[in-house]
Amino acid sequence: MGKIEWAMWANEQALASGLILLTGGIVGVAGQFRGWQFAAYAVAAGVFVCLLEYPRSKRAKGTSVERTGQYCFTVCVKAFGPLTRNYYVRAFLHAAICVPGGFMLATVLGCVCLGIASLIYLAAAIRGEHWEPILPRKEIRKPVGESIKNPPQNPPPRPPPEMRRKQAGDLEKSAYDNPMSVTDDE
Amino acid sequence: MANCIVNYGFSSFILFVWMAINIFLFVWFYFFYDLGPQFFYTRHILGSALAWARAPAAVLNFNCMLILLPVCRNLLSLLRGSFVRCSRTMRKQLDKNLTFHKLVAYMIALMTAVHTIAHLFNLERYNNSRQGVYDELSTALSDLADTENTTYLNPIRITNLVSNLLIDPQQIPTYFGFTSIAGLTGVVITLALILIITSSMEVIRRSYFEVFWYTHHLFIIFFAGLVFHGAGRIVRSQQRTNPPHNTTFCKDHPDDWGQIPECPIPQFAGGFPQTWMYVIGPMVIYICERLVRFVRYMQSVQYKKIVMRPSKVLELQLIKNGFKMEVGQYVFVNCPAISQLEWHPFTMTSAPEEDFFSIHIRSAGDWTDKLIDIMKKVPEGAEGPKLGVDGPFGTASEDVFDYEVSMLIGAGIGVTPFASILKSIWYKFKDSDPKLRTRKIYFYWLCRETHAFEWFADLLQVLEKEMEERGMGDFLTYKLYLTGWDQSHATHVMVHFDKDTDVVTGLKQKTHYGRPIWDKEFEQVRKENPTSIVGTFLCGPEALGKVLEKKCAKYSDVDPRKTRFYFNKENF
Repeated sequence: MGKIEWAMWANEQALASGLILLTGGIVGVAGQFRGWQFAAYAVAAGVFVCLLEYPRSKRAKGTSVERTGQYCFTVCVKAFGPLTRNYYVRAFLHAAICVPGGFMLATVLGCVCLGIASLIYLAAAIRGEHWEPILPRKEIRKPVGESIKNPPQNPPPRPPPEMRRKQAGDLEKSAYDNPMSVTDDE
Repeated sequence: MANCIVNYGFSSFILFVWMAINIFLFVWFYFFYDLGPQFFYTRHILGSALAWARAPAAVLNFNCMLILLPVCRNLLSLLRGSFVRCSRTMRKQLDKNLTFHKLVAYMIALMTAVHTIAHLFNLERYNNSRQGVYDELSTALSDLADTENTTYLNPIRITNLVSNLLIDPQQIPTYFGFTSIAGLTGVVITLALILIITSSMEVIRRSYFEVFWYTHHLFIIFFAGLVFHGAGRIVRSQQRTNPPHNTTFCKDHPDDWGQIPECPIPQFAGGFPQTWMYVIGPMVIYICERLVRFVRYMQSVQYKKIVMRPSKVLELQLIKNGFKMEVGQYVFVNCPAISQLEWHPFTMTSAPEEDFFSIHIRSAGDWTDKLIDIMKKVPEGAEGPKLGVDGPFGTASEDVFDYEVSMLIGAGIGVTPFASILKSIWYKFKDSDPKLRTRKIYFYWLCRETHAFEWFADLLQVLEKEMEERGMGDFLTYKLYLTGWDQSHATHVMVHFDKDTDVVTGLKQKTHYGRPIWDKEFEQVRKENPTSIVGTFLCGPEALGKVLEKKCAKYSDVDPRKTRFYFNKENF
């Protein structure tokens, strides 16, 4: 199991937990359950976790597959710098977020799932993984040389007209040789 | 449209039947619980959430029964064998087993969500009723306790005390959820299901098969919990009493229950747990499947030859007692020295006519890398590490000889099953086997570079020579497409343009560069074979499969006398 990047699984688990927390929260609020305030918190927490976990990290080895439309999220998450890059921070953040979910049955499942995601992130952090944004590769255009601004004033030097006409049968005197035929009657 | 029916008819039919059964179960049980008079009092407390919880439960029973079946590969192989005399379409259906397994899994996930949400409402309402928040009837019903002459309706028996400790009513549903059989098993199996699903996502499965495979074994916990989930019998219905309890009248007089003759105290009992009846069959079948795999693993496998091919490809020639294979089949290989639990599939590259079977293993991950390392260290002529081989399992390539004309397309590593087929053709030709219905084969080999496949180019060279000797150059038409060419390739080819054999592969057929133009190819095949059924076989990437499926549909004629293309795809 050496080559596993645990963060990839932790990411899937955390995203799923965010959705479950959100669903549990919506149920608690819509049904006006006892302790619906915890459910309201779960809605906010679920949305936050989903937004944080939606952009996938770039893999250390191999091709990374983006989630649809994750570019904007990548930019936002990247803006927090070391807070989102480091998986220890994420592990503790998820552990902290999940706790209030345990106070109400509707959100308890989201709480446990997020707790598990937090543990997997901890494993990833211990192995030294970190979050890298997947950014589109910018094509570097070679800067156009200065000389394009100063076209030559004079035509290039040429031999006198008699010599310029190609001798059809005399291959030695011709200006150059075509290695492949350039006519199309073959 | 007609082409669609020809190509996809049977799968659509199976899906339609499956979906119809799901819908039927849902609607039937919804109305059973929503209209049934025995649940009148239950519904008074719970409302429609009762029906919303029980309907998905029925669908879940059905789907949990189905989910184990598509992954019993030995059973499926057996079924395939017995359908030898049946039409083509029946056997193709069994190739779609993994797709069906995933579909059933999605349905289980969806129904679990509906079931859980409905039960959240149920528990909340039971709790509120017990707290006396609802009307008089509700409170009276919830007060009924389990004594000598009363039976309870509301499974939540506590109001504010648990073992002499005060408990906040907000926590009672959670307490009940974790102490009742149904609640605890429910939470555990839902958690197992979530872990199984997150580790089965395509991204994880393709990159880290081990995580996917080991986590998937949580299904054992899933089924164990599922069987006991209903043991608590907490869905209560009203039982007949003597004299009968008239709900229409008695619902308005809860204070008089037990005191007037029309209203004896209502009695309740829980429903008999039924899930075990659905899943016990498939569980037994699956246990048998695993036993068969174990037995196969214990059978000894001897090495005939170990060959290291260029570009990190390992060829193993093995012998196993009583092993009989057909073209294009695959085996699962296990190497306890690397991992006890992992079985990896490999297509066989030898023909059935040979006295051994061979597999070509390319370095593509943890397990294969370790295997190649171990094999490298094995000294000349010695036996390699102990191996377990399960199989052979059939796939679509078995059908290739049934078609008069076949188009075989192998992309990259996907060329392996066709190695087996081409070798088998060679043997059948040499023996003039009458079973060979095929008159013409078109073989398309697409790869980025030929490096990893020199072994295959050698095979083609041999075949080429044989066919020339017998004057049967017409039988096999093969086209090689090198999709990873660059300027140096192009220059090299230009310089050696006039040579008789191809400069890259040494074959008579010239290598093409870039991807094939499928429209042209299909047109050519159709032109050369105006009245045949053409089987198209692909072993390669999904995207190419979709393209070919479309082309098959496009170039097929509904008229059975004209050319028709059938598409078959290998999948792992």
